[in-house]
Amino acid sequence: MFRFLIGRLGLLIPTFFGVTLVAFWFIRLLPGDPLDLLAGERGMDPERKAQLMAQMGFDKPWWQQYFDYVINIFHGDLGVSFASKKPVLVEFLTLFPATVELSLCAIIIAICLGIPAGIFAAVKRGSAADQAIMGTALVGYSMPIFWWGLLLIILFSGILQWTPVSGRISLMYFFPQVTGFMLIDSLLSGEKGAFASALSHLILPSIVLATIPLAVIARQTRSAMLEVLGEDYVRTARAKGLSPARVIGLHALRNALIPVITTIGLQVGVLLAGAILTETIFSWPGIGKWLVDSISRRDYFVVQGGLLLIAGIIMVVNLIVDLLYGLINPRIRHN
Amino acid sequence: MTKSTSTELATETVLERESRNATKAMLTEFWYYFSQNKGAVIGLVVFAVLVAVALLAPLVAPHDPDVQYRDALLQPPFWQDGGSFAFPLGTDAVGRDILSRLIFGSRFSLFIGVVVVTIALVGGIVIGLVAGYARGWVDTLIMRVMDIILAFPSLLLALVLVAILGPGLVNAMIAIAIVLQPHFVRLTRAAVLAEVNRDYVVAARVAGAGHLRLMFKTILPNCLAPLIVQATLSFSNAILDAAALGFLGMGAQPPTPEWGTMLAEAREFILRAWWVVTFPGLAILITVLAINLVGDGLRDALDPKLKRS
Repeated sequence: MFRFLIGRLGLLIPTFFGVTLVAFWFIRLLPGDPLDLLAGERGMDPERKAQLMAQMGFDKPWWQQYFDYVINIFHGDLGVSFASKKPVLVEFLTLFPATVELSLCAIIIAICLGIPAGIFAAVKRGSAADQAIMGTALVGYSMPIFWWGLLLIILFSGILQWTPVSGRISLMYFFPQVTGFMLIDSLLSGEKGAFASALSHLILPSIVLATIPLAVIARQTRSAMLEVLGEDYVRTARAKGLSPARVIGLHALRNALIPVITTIGLQVGVLLAGAILTETIFSWPGIGKWLVDSISRRDYFVVQGGLLLIAGIIMVVNLIVDLLYGLINPRIRHN
Repeated sequence: MTKSTSTELATETVLERESRNATKAMLTEFWYYFSQNKGAVIGLVVFAVLVAVALLAPLVAPHDPDVQYRDALLQPPFWQDGGSFAFPLGTDAVGRDILSRLIFGSRFSLFIGVVVVTIALVGGIVIGLVAGYARGWVDTLIMRVMDIILAFPSLLLALVLVAILGPGLVNAMIAIAIVLQPHFVRLTRAAVLAEVNRDYVVAARVAGAGHLRLMFKTILPNCLAPLIVQATLSFSNAILDAAALGFLGMGAQPPTPEWGTMLAEAREFILRAWWVVTFPGLAILITVLAINLVGDGLRDALDPKLKRS
């Protein structure tokens, strides 16, 4: 297991440095130099510019700049946002819990509905129910989620007026952010109605963000189950006279779950990309909206830092999934 | 002499005929398995209709997509009060006919799909073939670069690339192609690794085939099945991503009747005029769904493992 871990890390480290190179070059490949961007349309006199360039290290050779950049990363310094003048890392850490809360809710919805749906479809293979589930899953998989979000707003916020249109909680409530998770903080605050408000704000964005992972998980569970249901040990279990629930739930499902877990791990990237769209539609104050706003504000140090942090998170999650996979499936570990 | 030439010729025609027959049999077999999947056939029909609509857009569309009918702002579809058959799916906030814009928009979506998949496929095949065939440090370098691209969420990377290149449809297409490329590289490389030591490749090498011939004529045709399936999936992904970029204001720019851009323009009217939001998204969904249905059918038809069961 240790060698497996070392092997994975060996692959991860060059990728991490590659990611830092991408983030580093991003700022330098933009049309115009960073200081022109900083100065905006007013411009800046050449002397002051040269002085600032030297101050920020832009006059050094690129490899030295890159070296400084990487050193700064390890010191947790990802630059400062033009717009808020706050360090990028601080902004990220303030907004990240909102995205995590949304993504967690989405993936919980996707897992809780997707796995049972996939199992059911596999067990009833070829039936009308199977076709309906797989048809729905394909629609979900093909869904432009930004449009799906707008439709849900029209129906639930516009026509039925059940849910609010945007934000994380009603402006009526004020309480300290202990965990950064609105659902937990609203409970801790003890304010009446705060939790319900947070929940009603969370529900539509979670459904939107869950749509694609749900479809992918349902499809993957079904095909993994179908493969396993044809195996000899499942037939043996059936022949032993075990109840269908036991055969499916214990013998088949445990083996079918291995590829499903990988699929769930791979959804982290999907969730973060989906968060960009979902948070924009619902004005959800997380990192997705933050990045889109920063790109349109041309606040490029934020984008640079965000790129690096998001890629880092995805890499770490993928590593964890790989390790889990190795734990569940010894064949992988020993290869 | 003459006799031997004519025999050679005869053998050649026989060989040619046999290879034609084999291709025909393969296609028949392929169609048999593909048509077993009803969804795939429906998807193919819908897709064909979309292509026809896109090609014939100026003939089918009732109005010019950019003409603003100032006396018909935000007119609802014909079945609602206040709607009329002149604008079957209603008009947008500046009085343009939504149906006509959707019809012209199909051109953009299909064009985006074709261009993006072509760039990603050709680039991915060449890079993947080189990686799988050359091995060693070239392979390592290429695969690490692909890992780096895959470390970012595709939409985020596309957004950033568009920020560098400047917003617009062409740059959005380039960005999406770059983001989708690693999948093709990985697939091609894996297929090449599986094939490169097979007897027929060794035989071709012993017979004196050069590197390029080995790569493109001997190995590549045997790796095509997964690539075709991936190309279909990428086609629908490209349409979705381009629409998402358009929606975020980083893709096609207004007044282009691109579906995602239309949605972005329609956003402020969602609670007042449901039709300006509903139809462009529905068009995206139907197109992507049709292509994904075809993709599922192709996978079933091309995967020998599924055929046997």
